[in-house]
Amino acid sequence: MKEVELLIIGSGPAGLCAAISAASSGARVLILERSFRPGGQLIKQTHMFFGSEAQYASHRGVDIADILLDKVRALGDRIEIMLNTTAVAFYEDNVVTALKDEKEYFKIKAKSIVCATGAFEKSLAFPNNDLPGIYGAGAVQTLMNVYGVKPGDRVLMVGAGNIGVIVSYQLMQAGIQVVAVLDAAPRIGAYLVHASKLARMGVPILTSHTVKEAIGTDCIEAAVVCEVDEKFQPIPGTETRYDVDVLCISVGLSPLNELLAMRGVEMKYVPQLSGSVPMRTETCETCIPGVFVAGDASGIEEASSAMVEGYLAGLCAAAKLGHVPEDFEARKQDYLKQLEDLRSGPVGDRIRAGMKLTQL
Amino acid sequence: MRITQHPILTFNRGKEIHFTFNGQPMTGYEGETIAAALHAAGVKVLAKSLEKHRPRGFYCAIGNCASCQMVVDGEPNVRTCITLLREGMTVETQEGKGKIK
Repeated sequence: MKEVELLIIGSGPAGLCAAISAASSGARVLILERSFRPGGQLIKQTHMFFGSEAQYASHRGVDIADILLDKVRALGDRIEIMLNTTAVAFYEDNVVTALKDEKEYFKIKAKSIVCATGAFEKSLAFPNNDLPGIYGAGAVQTLMNVYGVKPGDRVLMVGAGNIGVIVSYQLMQAGIQVVAVLDAAPRIGAYLVHASKLARMGVPILTSHTVKEAIGTDCIEAAVVCEVDEKFQPIPGTETRYDVDVLCISVGLSPLNELLAMRGVEMKYVPQLSGSVPMRTETCETCIPGVFVAGDASGIEEASSAMVEGYLAGLCAAAKLGHVPEDFEARKQDYLKQLEDLRSGPVGDRIRAGMKLTQL
Repeated sequence: MRITQHPILTFNRGKEIHFTFNGQPMTGYEGETIAAALHAAGVKVLAKSLEKHRPRGFYCAIGNCASCQMVVDGEPNVRTCITLLREGMTVETQEGKGKIK
């Protein structure tokens, strides 16, 4: 059994910031990361972030990962990152079991835990949606931005939210043709600054459209698209065929937090946060004392808010363990204010409504 | 299928790694996953589904969805989207559940 003071599951923006925050206060931290490299989904994000200076606005995600990892390294042996290590279970006695390198199975006993396990991409139901060449938009982003491999030559993007529109633009930066972006909703969900970039490059964004079916034998060869009415039902006679070798699905993410549910944390289905999420206090602590959550695992938002939640959860988790920095209260208030700002305005309506439903 | 010019990113590919796919010699680069190297070589069908033997490619590319599982060095159910290439690896299309030896 490995004994640690603070265990953080996940080394994406939320996990890294939680570690930096807690270790700066003096806590000893172990991070489990299932991938062979830390940084979560930041490592594939080539667009510049919005927000304010505190959340590294106008830096690219991939550079933010490096900034955070430098901060982690600067904290020396107070933070240990175990790569290729998947947390597989979380038990009532606060024991987490993990699998390293797909073969070494061991137990970890932690005084406090931050679950920063992120999210996964949703799929969409239509005939032949399982054909190779039909990929999550995030998967395509990983393939081209991390490995420099083209997903194909002609892409149809399903979903005109931020991810769909940003990935479409990045596909074009990599020299790949995007034939159209479609969305079942009557309006473009993405920030207009992103959508306008695509429009200027001549990519049609078709609202009130969906995929009727994919066509192909071994791989996708074409997709049939149709219009939908105000109840999202296909309108007969509106079908258009697009010959494509890639269909990207960007219809949202679901929080990944089964470990918390397994531990017995009180969960609630909150559509505004895109799935089943843990109930928590304003400082990210669940109904089980010492068990915290941060980032997309607590509800789908953006990397900016994931980082601030991470800093907040790390600060408060360390404080409960006795590591209370002199400026504790000021920092806590600063993080809460940053979250409030990120969730302000009409774009944050949904998130704020969701947050109200999850407060303990 | 590799990106050579990019306005933001530079791809510093590691040394060449040699492996086989269904017995055919293939080349990828150090630091890339099996699925990425196969995709770069134009291989998109990684497995066949359990019941209807439909072709399967990857879907999430971050180890969540199990759509990319292949037989690697004789071991089935390896998530090739998050497993790095190693020199001399044998990679095979997986039929259904695969057989544990």
